[in-house]
Amino acid sequence: MAEIAINHRKGKKRRRSKRLSTRVDFTPMVDLGFLLITFFMLATTLNKPQTMELALPAKEKIPEAERTKVKASKTVTILLDKENALFYYEGTKENEIDPPLIRTNYSTAGLRQYLLKRNFEVMARVRELNVAKEQKKLTEKEYEARRSELKKDKNGPIVLIKATEGAVYGNLIDVLDEMAICNIDRYAILDITADDLRMIAHWKENNANVNGGK
Amino acid sequence: MPKVKIPRKSTAIDMTAMCDVAFLLLTFFMLTSNFTKKEATTVHVPTSISELKIPERNVMLILVDQEGKIFFGIDGQENRMEVLKKMGSEYHLDFTQEELKQFSLVNSFGLSAGSLKRFLAASDEAREAPGFVSGIPADSLNNQLRSWVIAARSTKPEYRITIKADQKTPYPAIKHLMDLLQDLKENRYNLITTLETASDLQTEQK
Repeated sequence: MAEIAINHRKGKKRRRSKRLSTRVDFTPMVDLGFLLITFFMLATTLNKPQTMELALPAKEKIPEAERTKVKASKTVTILLDKENALFYYEGTKENEIDPPLIRTNYSTAGLRQYLLKRNFEVMARVRELNVAKEQKKLTEKEYEARRSELKKDKNGPIVLIKATEGAVYGNLIDVLDEMAICNIDRYAILDITADDLRMIAHWKENNANVNGGK
Repeated sequence: MPKVKIPRKSTAIDMTAMCDVAFLLLTFFMLTSNFTKKEATTVHVPTSISELKIPERNVMLILVDQEGKIFFGIDGQENRMEVLKKMGSEYHLDFTQEELKQFSLVNSFGLSAGSLKRFLAASDEAREAPGFVSGIPADSLNNQLRSWVIAARSTKPEYRITIKADQKTPYPAIKHLMDLLQDLKENRYNLITTLETASDLQTEQK
């Protein structure tokens, strides 16, 4: 408004012609614009949620003969317990002796370090692939194909994930995340067995003794 | 006192440029926006490093809250009506045209089929009242979630099952849900997570 007024006051021309200024005050329009921007900004979801794909095996019973056998020494069983407790053991029960149960946690120095160590061959090769990709020797497609091939490596560990009743969904996602980070493709989510529960109980018992002795 | 003359300058600024910017931003936000839809329950999803985005369409969403209550939702208004009709015929409920229309606007819900009529008649505020939602029954005696999934699948085979559960949802609830879906030969799911940030990692390490 002010500008228009100034133009009028200056107006020597005013007498000669009654031409009005073509200038429009944009302030209200800017107000409106920003109001709408604010509305849209608040009403939108800018970041779409991420998802993680999970494929479970079909439930049909497969006859014993057709089942794929895996070497017990290659398996790692991860047990998720209540209060974010995490245990793992290697192999299975042999000659009625339980494999040693080791307590770990969800940090990078815990489970991840162990899994990376177990899977170092694949990890090393994936790292080589990453380097090749960064030097643009590989296309995105080739990279993905080679990487998924590497993940199928027969020497890598087979991870069995079992959760107790006390575990929460977040724990499961954390472990699945570790699988992705450590390039482990061969894992399964299984029901916990009585043996596993007994081992956890046993571990806790032992540990209570240790703490009591101190 | 001699008067000091201060040269007066106009305080008016040319707003055209600012207006341009404002409308440019407005256009951007209008084109990129998809509105936040209110879900039947608030769920704090766990963090992960996965960077896959959720598919835009054909999402069959199964929400599980902290107590293990199950909520269900599908996208596409016509599909919602179709699915409700199928459910109505299965549970011997007659839904009126008005109720079908109401249901097509519902993003997700957590009620047994029997109380759906009451839900559709209620106002938005009443729907949010605590204690109104009870979760979809999914036990072996009254497995309505199963019927919903079957109805949705038969309406549109392209639906992808998306599970959105709370960080603190007890594992048995998830296990039960997955068992139920596996019984229906549904073995592929998308689990909704949020991106892990550096601060998340730090708290985790503590």
